[in-house]
Amino acid sequence: MNKIILLALLLISTSSHAALNVFACEPEWAALTQQLAGDKAVIYTATGALQDPHRVEARPSLIAKARRADLLVCTGAELEAGWLPVILRESGNSAIVPGSPGNFEAARFVHMLEVPTRLDRSEGDVHASGNPHIQTDARLFLPIAEALSHRLIQLDPANTAYYQQQLATFNQQWRAAIAKWEKQAAPLKGVAIIAQHRGFPYLNNWLGLKQVAELEPKPGMEPSAAHLGQVLSELQQHPAKMVLRAAYQDGRPSEWIAERAHIKTAALPYTVGGTAQASDLFALFDDTIARLLAGLK
Amino acid sequence: MFKKTYLSVAVAALLSHSLNASAASDADLQAIRLQIQQLKQNYEQRISQLEQRLELAEAGSKQAEVVASQAQASVQQAAPAASSEGAFNPAVSLILSGTYGNLTQVTPATGFAMNANNTGYTQGFSLKESELGISANIDPDFRGVATMALAPAGGVTVENAFVQSSALGNGLNLKIGRFFSGLGYLNEQHAHAWDFVDQPLVYRTLWDNQLGEDGLQAKWLAPTDLFVEIGGEIGRGRGFPGTDRVKNGVGSGVLFAHLGDDIGIEHSWRAGVSMQQTRRVNAVSTGVPDLNNTAGGVNNSFSGDSKTTGLDFVWKYSPNGNTANRYLKLQGEYFRRRESGLLTYNLLTTDSFSNTQSGWYLQSVYQFMPHWRTGLRYDQLDPGIAAVGALNTANVISNYAFNPSRASWMLDYSPSEFSRLRVQLARDNSRRGLPDNQIFVQYIMSLGAHGAHQY
Repeated sequence: MNKIILLALLLISTSSHAALNVFACEPEWAALTQQLAGDKAVIYTATGALQDPHRVEARPSLIAKARRADLLVCTGAELEAGWLPVILRESGNSAIVPGSPGNFEAARFVHMLEVPTRLDRSEGDVHASGNPHIQTDARLFLPIAEALSHRLIQLDPANTAYYQQQLATFNQQWRAAIAKWEKQAAPLKGVAIIAQHRGFPYLNNWLGLKQVAELEPKPGMEPSAAHLGQVLSELQQHPAKMVLRAAYQDGRPSEWIAERAHIKTAALPYTVGGTAQASDLFALFDDTIARLLAGLK
Repeated sequence: MFKKTYLSVAVAALLSHSLNASAASDADLQAIRLQIQQLKQNYEQRISQLEQRLELAEAGSKQAEVVASQAQASVQQAAPAASSEGAFNPAVSLILSGTYGNLTQVTPATGFAMNANNTGYTQGFSLKESELGISANIDPDFRGVATMALAPAGGVTVENAFVQSSALGNGLNLKIGRFFSGLGYLNEQHAHAWDFVDQPLVYRTLWDNQLGEDGLQAKWLAPTDLFVEIGGEIGRGRGFPGTDRVKNGVGSGVLFAHLGDDIGIEHSWRAGVSMQQTRRVNAVSTGVPDLNNTAGGVNNSFSGDSKTTGLDFVWKYSPNGNTANRYLKLQGEYFRRRESGLLTYNLLTTDSFSNTQSGWYLQSVYQFMPHWRTGLRYDQLDPGIAAVGALNTANVISNYAFNPSRASWMLDYSPSEFSRLRVQLARDNSRRGLPDNQIFVQYIMSLGAHGAHQY
């Protein structure tokens, strides 16, 4: 009897070891991997929703987690350029180096917006391969999910049927959800907005929001008083309905403008966990749209 | 779907069976049978309708999938290659830096005349070394890094030039060439990443600001959730306290271990121990004060073993883990060096000499709002009490009875990730009876590729 229990325990432990170790750079990719891999993966999320994903430190804990990862799921497009290269180098894990099946960059599977035609640091913090904040358009999760599922199958072929089924379920639910969100967000079409950081082109593209100004004079530069004043005077000619910022961003510049221009602020979750409501991928977009709609009122 | 049919048939059968058992009239039975029949037909009709709809939906989604995968293929073709350090061109970066210094003392700290004493200070305006860095993957197995320091007066020195393994796996990392040793916490950081204008006194006197080595480094990272890294280096012994040698074999060795982790999302830490050992051969120091009060000091030569051990820790805190807004960093290091061998006083009288020197610093940097940081640092050194051989007891100062110290404050502003402007004030009490008030203004700018920074 004891032997049987021991054997069972052994089986459980080996099966838990067999699970894929996933290192997700951002919470949205952790959530997507969770949808697609279920209990076949043990997922570690490297950054929190309240952290600026551009400015993460190559902490020892991240290096230790990357050491054992079978799969790295990141945005790519240089979003993680300030810390991920150190993690990859120091972790000494050949399974996740760029170019290997264990290195998945979501941005490779979508059409990138705002690819700069002029690469110059005087333009601020621009990314050569385009704006990396792709997670704000729900539609982009479909091709990414498909590619990620293929990658899971490639790395763990024994569970092919399971991954395929998870993908089919996700696709079905996600398509239905997109239809619902687009219906809900219909009143947002053509609405003029201001963005604190150039972080919403994909959201704007999806829901038809019209961005009229940015609070950062150049991407990544702190909004200066002079620039805010300029934005404020421009608002007289081109009024906007609300000012958007991501949960991780300092709220003061948005509130400054909102107060003076008598418009609403919308602090969007931006990723899973950015607000208390955005607890998973579906809730992320439920909450995003709810907050945008609240900005209309 | 079919299960449902079976179920309804089974229910019907069960119903009819139980009804049979009851003593109902034939007419009633007939009516019930008819009802069940209708129910069954109704169900079957609805099921087949559902099946048809499902088939249609499936076909539709397949079509959509085909379209999606086609779009996918075209996207994949158009998408840029996985981000790497500058496609086929090496990443090139240039650091431009300069300072304005207002100070009066540049002599060695009391009791450390036989140590390295490059303060790096210049009075007035001065250009600091510009640092030119080139790095790229060499092939799938190796990555190469070179950093050249361009001295303001002309001349180029090779600061780093190493190749690094990139595909060993299993947590192994190898470095061959000239590199900054992995000991301590600050030693591997380049000057442009320092939080103060200068290095702590303990780094200046015990490591000539930074220990650079020509040799080989091997590191191994344990496969655990806790960050556990151990490493070892063997080298020529080129950097102070080593004495460059023209000889086969190994001139110096370093061992280090680091531990680190997060506590929640707001705290992170790293702690380490290190050891360095080298043999010093005819290490000549100039201007060393003596018991005979020789004007300008004397020249001493030392040959012997040098063993240094060190402890380091760093702890960082950031509200919500968002270092872009605010963070607090606290770090400290302690080094202790034991040297024993033969000292030749004034290059004439040789006898035994052994001493233990130590030093530490504690510093804290606080980013109180985006782009703005301030920091405090306190430094202290202990020159030790030397055991001097009988022939030199009347010549060599064995006990200075003074612990050099310094307190520094800095404020810096970084308009972007690529530029930084800094002011630093220091009360330098490292020379007995000669306290100095220092003012520095510094700029550090980086052009070109901007590599990721270490923790």
